[in-house]
Amino acid sequence: MLKVDPTSLSDDDLLDRYQQSAFDYFLENVNPDNGLVADTSRPNSPASIAVVGFALSCYPIGVERGWMAREAAAKLTLAALRFFWTSTQGNGDDVTGHKGFYYHFLDMRTGRRVWRCELSMVDTALLMAGVLVAGAYFSSDGEDEREIRELAEALYRRVDWRWAQGRTPTLRQGWKPKSGFLHYGWEGYNEATILYVLSMASPDSPSSDDSYVGWTATYQWENIYGYDVLYGGPLFMHQFSHAWIDFAGIRDAFMREKNSDYFENSRRSTYLHRDYARRNPYGYGGYDENLWGLSAGDGPGGFRASIERRPHRFSGYAARGAPFGPDDGTIAPWSCLASLPFAPDICLAALRHLGDRYADVIDNFRLPSGFNPTLANRRKFGRHGWVSEGYYGLDQGIVVMMIENHRSRLIWGLMRSNQHIRRGLGKAGFAGGWLSQPASPAPGGRDVA
Amino acid sequence: MSHEKTRAAAFPVDRNDAELIRGAHPPHWRNPDPTGPYNLVVIGAGPAGLTAAREAASLGAKVALIERSLIGGVCINVGCIPSKAVIRTARLYADMRDAGNFGGDTPKHVRVDFQRAMTRMRQIRQRISRADSAESLASGGIDLYFGEARFSGPDSILAAGQTLHFRKALVATGAHARLPTIPGLTEAGYLSNETMFDLAECPRRLLVIGGGQLGCEMAQAFCLFGANVILAQRDPMFLPGEERDAAQILSDALAREGVEVRLNTEVVAVRTVGGKKLADLVRDEETTTISVDEIVTGIGRSPNVDGLDLENAGVVYDANGVKVDDYLRTTNPRIYAAGDVCLEHKFTHTAEATARIVVRNALFFGRGKLSELVVPWCTYTDPEIAHVGLYPTEARQNGVPVKTYTVLMHDVARALTDGEEEGFVKIHVREGSDRILGATVVAAHAGEMINAVSLAIRSGMGLHALADVIHPFPMQAQGIKMAADAYRRTRLTSFWKQLAGRWLAWSRR
Repeated sequence: MLKVDPTSLSDDDLLDRYQQSAFDYFLENVNPDNGLVADTSRPNSPASIAVVGFALSCYPIGVERGWMAREAAAKLTLAALRFFWTSTQGNGDDVTGHKGFYYHFLDMRTGRRVWRCELSMVDTALLMAGVLVAGAYFSSDGEDEREIRELAEALYRRVDWRWAQGRTPTLRQGWKPKSGFLHYGWEGYNEATILYVLSMASPDSPSSDDSYVGWTATYQWENIYGYDVLYGGPLFMHQFSHAWIDFAGIRDAFMREKNSDYFENSRRSTYLHRDYARRNPYGYGGYDENLWGLSAGDGPGGFRASIERRPHRFSGYAARGAPFGPDDGTIAPWSCLASLPFAPDICLAALRHLGDRYADVIDNFRLPSGFNPTLANRRKFGRHGWVSEGYYGLDQGIVVMMIENHRSRLIWGLMRSNQHIRRGLGKAGFAGGWLSQPASPAPGGRDVA
Repeated sequence: MSHEKTRAAAFPVDRNDAELIRGAHPPHWRNPDPTGPYNLVVIGAGPAGLTAAREAASLGAKVALIERSLIGGVCINVGCIPSKAVIRTARLYADMRDAGNFGGDTPKHVRVDFQRAMTRMRQIRQRISRADSAESLASGGIDLYFGEARFSGPDSILAAGQTLHFRKALVATGAHARLPTIPGLTEAGYLSNETMFDLAECPRRLLVIGGGQLGCEMAQAFCLFGANVILAQRDPMFLPGEERDAAQILSDALAREGVEVRLNTEVVAVRTVGGKKLADLVRDEETTTISVDEIVTGIGRSPNVDGLDLENAGVVYDANGVKVDDYLRTTNPRIYAAGDVCLEHKFTHTAEATARIVVRNALFFGRGKLSELVVPWCTYTDPEIAHVGLYPTEARQNGVPVKTYTVLMHDVARALTDGEEEGFVKIHVREGSDRILGATVVAAHAGEMINAVSLAIRSGMGLHALADVIHPFPMQAQGIKMAADAYRRTRLTSFWKQLAGRWLAWSRR
């Protein structure tokens, strides 16, 4: 429930509330001893390395917004960087990482692999993106901040991206100690641009020069609902890499061919999700022009049910997408905020609608991973249907970062001046726009490479 | 596969089967006595062999056709025909359960009569096989031999003990189900397409190994018959090679109907305990064991090349089949191959199309090419998934820029009235032109809809012209025209819009 009437707030005040509430997730769910941040706020949740990447990116925002002291931010950042630098690497079972990559989920206290999860390439990339933000932001000559810069550089350089290609041009999705690389790679556009940019930029063990082209060869340029888009079903695919890199005006070979760019593509994809919800082909509850946004997130669980004589199958945590599915009526309410820089008008309208119509699913301006109004008053669910319990760090992190990019472009500015990012973009074939201008020191940061 | 280890009855199961055998392999058939060389000797009376033999004979050729089993091959006997008949009945049960969604009343108890469904299938199969009975082939001027065939030299074949000399020969022996190498599977017993249509009762719990066309079709059909079906697929999506979005929609449809979908999952061992088959499934290093009554498999098809003594004729082959050039000629210029025994795309319609090319090339100096065929295909799940031409990835890998015009079936009026709005039409064109490179249709009747695109590609018609084709309204094939309309709209550049606007403003004065 919202404690303040959101209709009385200006757009900027409203965004400020949502952003700070999302930011607080990290302070509430961090282990200050090792900087690890829980994947979710649920009891006994392990840490997610991607969530740590988001946390490292959010601390500078917290400092700039006055929500935490710079020293405190540096301390948490340093705890995380020291942990990753000193944690055990190796090809055994009971370690934290291997070849400079890290296991997707780690024990919050010991930092060791849990759930027999995979060594994750894209989640390591999200972690490294956060590491580079920290290195760029903490630019003072103080001892802590100097160590942050040194560790950030060392951690990034240690990742053996070339190894992660296996014997293929594209990067593998994951690796496990017993079975080796997962047998499937990346196909089609998704959130992995940041992975390729970071891997190609590596000074010591970059992925091969053809790796990005190998991935983009699987892209599909489509005209859907009248929009020309590079399709990616769930909205997070159009948001995650964009949290760090401003893709407006810069183009790779694919976008030059299509006379577009990835920022514009995310804008169109956001509209496409809205138009899908307007059509609402499965007749799900609540879907309309102001309630939309399918993404990866929590769901009501795996069961089948007939709703108004139509058979449906519901899922637990899953990547949901539009217009090709899967879609079980579960909305990821944070996904409209994460598209804010691309399509502010419709995202703000959706946010206000959410506050007006579904205030009960929002706890003091913090958004759950998902909710499903189709299940309203069915099974054991209440009047808004199923609502995800607790909160997910990924959702909160992308909300904090994208609101900030919309408000001040802080993270984009920091990364624009980062030589690793610029080099990676260049090697992937990106040119034009801000890349054709020399790097300038970013607000609050310095060039570390 | 022995029948004792499965619940499949021995073929022939009923009088329909007995009747089928009387037509497709008469018990007392007397092979003809060869007189002089043949223009064309065809080995295998499946779709390719039948097409070639009939077409050549109708043009006056002296033709011999050799079959070791049943006329009709896999298609009629254990493939397309029986599976589609079974799928139809399965859909009936789905519709009965879904009656409420169509404004009807769902029966309180939908009792599945599996035996009746299988009897219907056998009736239909027998009826269709009549068209190509031994008698009708013989009366069509074809010398029909039943028995094993093997090459005895570069221009001769030994057929059931008799030597047939030929000017040209066609190897059309087809392919058989390829088994995955899973320890214990053979000992435990399994069903393939060659045995599953002899089932006497619907298995209560069924494991389908392999999410290819057959696996997906049968998983869905048996699920609709009431079986608890687990579909295990090693890859992260079904129908490898098919478009990601098509596989996604199919995956959702299967899950919605109750199929337990296990992607990225490998079956590593099978054993029998207390009459149940136990299968070990591994996903991401995690092993789970499931108990089922039957296992359906057949992860692909292997060409039938053994026992033909192809070496005697100088015909080169390997595990992928008989080697042919673009004119379908083998390494022996007198011998050609067609259909599953030599093709990557093992479909009845490609078998027939290649057989026609062989008749022209072998007997009449034709220069028909395999590479010039426009080959559509369809997976007969609900929704169906049909494809023709290039996939965008193939085009991009060849340096061809592609743009796809996509229409969702939920925007097609007739799909809504029919309650069949799942799916899409995607037409791929060369960017900057209207040249159609390929198309994928996912829809209840995708197999019918794709034909318009195949025709357009074959006749060189562009997407622009396809927009001018008038469809009766409402039809689901309207989706094809809507994709063409979408193309037209994007061609209406701002320059033309401005020009048109000025002209219309001027004409209002």
